[in-house]
Amino acid sequence: MATQKIHVKTTINGQPQEFLTDPYVSLLDALREIIGLTGSKEGCLDGNCGACTVSINGRIVDSCLVLAAEVEGQEVETVEGMASSEGLHPLQQAFLEEAALQCGICTPGFLVASKGLLDNEPDPSEERIRHWLAGNLCRCTGYENIVKAVKKAAKNS
Amino acid sequence: MVNISDSKNYKVIGTNPIRHDGYDKVTGRAVYGADIKLPGLIWASIVRSPHAHAVLKSVDTSAAEKIDGVFAVMTGKDLPALKDEFIDHGEGTENIAWSSENIMATKKVLYTGHAVAAIAAVDRYVADYAASKIKVEYEPLESVTNVEDATKEGSPILLEDLVGDHIGKKVKSTNIASITRHEFGDPDKAFKEAEHVVERTFTLQMVHQGYIEPHNATAIWDEEDRIKVWTSTQGAFPVRTSTAAILDMDVSKVKVTPLEIGGGFGGKIPIYLEPVVATLSKKSGRPVKAIMERTNVFQASGPAPGGTITVKMGTDKNGKLIAADTSIKLEAGGFPGAAVGAAVQCVFAPYDIANTRIDGYDIVVNKPKSAAYRAPGSPQAAFASETVVNELAEIHGIDPIEFRLLNASKEGTRRADGVVFPVVGNEEVLDAAKASDHWNSELGTPMKGRVRGRGLASGYWFNVGLKSTVNLTVNTDGTVALVEGSTDIGGTRTSISMQAAEILGIPATDFRPTVGDTETAGYADVTGGSRTTYATGFAAVKAAESLIEVLKERCSIIWSLDKQDIDFENGSFFASKDPELKFTFKELAANLDSTGGPAASSGSVDLESAGGAFGTHIVDLDVDPETGKTDIVRYTAVQDVGTVIYPAYCKGNIQGGVVQGIGWGLNEEYFMKDDGSQANTSYLDYRMPTALDLPNIDVIMVEKPNPGHPFGVRGVGEVPICPPIAAIGDALYNAVGKRFYDAPMKPGRILNVLGKISD
Amino acid sequence: MQPFAYSAPTTIKEAVEILDKHGDKARPMAGGTDLLVQIRGGKFNLDTVVDIKKIPELNEISNGKEEFVLGAAVPCHKLYDDPGISKDYPGLIDAAGLIGSIQIQSRSGFGGNLCNSTPSADGIAPLIVHSAKANIEGKSGSRSVPVEEFCTGPGLNVLGKGEILVSMTMPNKGDKFGAAYERFIPRNEMDIAVAAVGSSILLGSDGKIAEAKIALASVGPTPIYASKASESLIGKEPNEAAFKEAGSIAKGECSPIEDMRGTADQRRHLVEVLTIRTLDKSLERIEG
Repeated sequence: MATQKIHVKTTINGQPQEFLTDPYVSLLDALREIIGLTGSKEGCLDGNCGACTVSINGRIVDSCLVLAAEVEGQEVETVEGMASSEGLHPLQQAFLEEAALQCGICTPGFLVASKGLLDNEPDPSEERIRHWLAGNLCRCTGYENIVKAVKKAAKNS
Repeated sequence: MVNISDSKNYKVIGTNPIRHDGYDKVTGRAVYGADIKLPGLIWASIVRSPHAHAVLKSVDTSAAEKIDGVFAVMTGKDLPALKDEFIDHGEGTENIAWSSENIMATKKVLYTGHAVAAIAAVDRYVADYAASKIKVEYEPLESVTNVEDATKEGSPILLEDLVGDHIGKKVKSTNIASITRHEFGDPDKAFKEAEHVVERTFTLQMVHQGYIEPHNATAIWDEEDRIKVWTSTQGAFPVRTSTAAILDMDVSKVKVTPLEIGGGFGGKIPIYLEPVVATLSKKSGRPVKAIMERTNVFQASGPAPGGTITVKMGTDKNGKLIAADTSIKLEAGGFPGAAVGAAVQCVFAPYDIANTRIDGYDIVVNKPKSAAYRAPGSPQAAFASETVVNELAEIHGIDPIEFRLLNASKEGTRRADGVVFPVVGNEEVLDAAKASDHWNSELGTPMKGRVRGRGLASGYWFNVGLKSTVNLTVNTDGTVALVEGSTDIGGTRTSISMQAAEILGIPATDFRPTVGDTETAGYADVTGGSRTTYATGFAAVKAAESLIEVLKERCSIIWSLDKQDIDFENGSFFASKDPELKFTFKELAANLDSTGGPAASSGSVDLESAGGAFGTHIVDLDVDPETGKTDIVRYTAVQDVGTVIYPAYCKGNIQGGVVQGIGWGLNEEYFMKDDGSQANTSYLDYRMPTALDLPNIDVIMVEKPNPGHPFGVRGVGEVPICPPIAAIGDALYNAVGKRFYDAPMKPGRILNVLGKISD
Repeated sequence: MQPFAYSAPTTIKEAVEILDKHGDKARPMAGGTDLLVQIRGGKFNLDTVVDIKKIPELNEISNGKEEFVLGAAVPCHKLYDDPGISKDYPGLIDAAGLIGSIQIQSRSGFGGNLCNSTPSADGIAPLIVHSAKANIEGKSGSRSVPVEEFCTGPGLNVLGKGEILVSMTMPNKGDKFGAAYERFIPRNEMDIAVAAVGSSILLGSDGKIAEAKIALASVGPTPIYASKASESLIGKEPNEAAFKEAGSIAKGECSPIEDMRGTADQRRHLVEVLTIRTLDKSLERIEG
């Protein structure tokens, strides 16, 4: 369409990344369609389900409500950056062990959101975990196993 | 066939291995429908009606076609005209002409959001922009958005050609597509003789399954007029059947690859997008992808019906139910097919009642065409019948569990629609609820400013069997490739593998399960009806048993013995007359090449019935009488699960169903505006429970094995959504002293019932 | 959705120029959590969005002895992550932790909430009861408007062509001042207020109420400064009777509608209940 593309230089999961994008494209779409990281999911496109959660400079955000152009010079982290060559992040391992996923579509969002919590508060209470994760919807699990997994990961970190 | 009275020293069943698809799902690698990438892929956008009821006069795509980046456009006229006939898509039948009109209208639009045209363009943004330039002319008509208005004298008729079947009588010019009646004994006489009679009328609103992943489909129409489809679905084979039928082609021309699915709960059984993207692919020569926006998932997929249910029940002086009568009116949406047939089967299922009448009404209204939602029809019916049961128990001064035990249906009881119960665990569930810690514990102190109440209700779902196939191939390292066609919504790749693993005496982690496409997997009906662990698991057991026979053949070759002198026990093969001759499964696998090559087997089932199951739930909640704010503080779900295969997922599935029921009971509903459109087409105002809205959900899994399955499995997934609405109503009654007959029991309604506000 | 351009000016002057040039075809964007949804929903057809997050003055957040300065682009989390602000302005923190989810609070802020000017905004009633002023700059210079006069209708405010909200400032009224904000929603998070009330009281040295402010949200076309209810408290002892009366008067100062979130009667009832509760809380915060 009529607008000129924007050249964005950013860092994604610790790696420098450059891309061209239309100005009106969301960060979620840029990640999924331009860069090819489909781990962050589309659920609602209006900031109510958290399936698109990524981290910008250590703060969790709904990437459907961020323009791709806005991450110029920022540090973006997605679910794909959580595991390392050494293995899974303790949260990912705990989610598997505690059956904290059923269909799994909300899981990347919950993992990134939970990491955002544990990176700053290493030993949150169950109440705090539920409060922090209120912006992530799950329709399959009823949340209990997710909360248990976050607690377990906190213990194992 | 494994005898279920055998020792319960299972090695695999009852354990919790890491699910086979787990690593892909926690790393973001798993490919869901929206994730698929194909060379040259273009995007579709769909034009939808802003009117709830209108004649579709014309669609002008000319301006849109001129936009840079647009590849193709289509209207309903691009789909073939079909006969008004029913096809079997695997969990019921569908009228194919109606389904086609639902996918894209040609004559009338029957709900706001009804698709009328589509466009394919280079990216999603261009497609959306171009779609907004398609000009559609409508002649708006009066709309009706609830069963009462749709059945009033003089109400607008949605489908002029519909001939209603009202208990055998053919009726024209009606919005009531069908009325069915099931009657036993003489309820009218019995009511006259009853000591106590309670009759109540209940209303419920339309709700949505709320899966976090929107509908999606990608298709290529190739040079041989064959169609390849990638989609998130509850069943690749039913998608193939439906897509082929809508496009008027043979199923052999359609290949469906099911990708990972982000929730379905019944809503991803019907198709909405596949014929559209296929047609756009034909016209553009490109692969085409469509993702439904969340607002359109609400407006134009398949929500669950609301409606009006009247229940009348009568008891003798001892509290024995002697008569029950109900009329269940559910809204089908724009085309017939509300889940009233299932509601009829479930409404009085927990009770042995001699004199019953059940009338079920399937009523079209100007709302999206309803689809299955986790035990479709049963939660609605249970809200009504369980509330009346609780009222009668109170009148008699009998504890609600004792009242239910007094009247409990069991093996041999005739259900009110005529089916006789096989082995079922209704009483066992009630006994377990009675003995539970929750039921026997003090209510405790409510939150500041609140009053607390405890409630109880039961529920039932019949579960289904249907067809599944499992194919096994042994690899030379002793691992087993398992191919099946049941899309995996929550760990069934593993629960199926575990059953084969138990038979073969090898760990579940030695399986490599794959959900195949319609050309690689054997036929499977939908992942729905709580049938997957049951039926596909059964097929896996049969395949494993066949595999043992194949492998015994190999041993007979190696040891030069007759096959009948070879035994298999505890994962090892040995010669019955010479125990020195022995192979573990792995050792034998290493010898396959020299004995004839790969060893494979297949197992298929076509199960006419399944083990139905009961649940009884206990809930404590705190209500703020000043604001109506309600918080669940404690919840226990007791359910008969047959035999637990995969405990963490069995429990998790029950918790998930409970939470959907809680949302349904407290806050979820479609708000309809005066113009017939839905006001709350966003997760902002369609209020599903968040992590902060719930306590932990305790689950007590009662095992009353189902003799119809080698391990005794009963379907688990649907029962848990049936009791919560009535349980919440009962708890509210015990908290504030007023009964609730309208769902959801949201704060405004609570204040209203308490007399704090008017209206 | 009409395609739009993006710019991220680094000075107020630049931002004002772009906004002035495009008129209502340009809008400033702070957190973007309302604006992007509105653009996609067709509420606005824009030629460009102006990202204001790179302008230093709009990012100011200073908790001074005399006054608190909150830049228009400052996201909610910066308030509750700051122990000093959390201690001194709990009435603002009540709202900062309520607007959407943690993800939304990483981006959205009081400035955008104020400029979005919806009747149900969580950030406006707290600003009103803290006697906040909206500081505006435009082509013809700068001006300040009391927050209760900022909104003029649903989605409408006093900002003219080319004008931009720079910051909100409010006086530090010391430790005899207490404020609270409470909204009623059916769930525990994530909902838009059915009705909400912000209250503040300042006690004189005689222990009586010297100043009081009550503001209502979601019960009229704009957030409402309940002047009659507020004035009814002046000079009184801060007790249940006074609070009850204020609640009853506040109930009469609102003009709620019926919509999918609640009925008019329900909202009026809630205004009375929440007025009393927030006054109680404000007093608790002074005494605690």
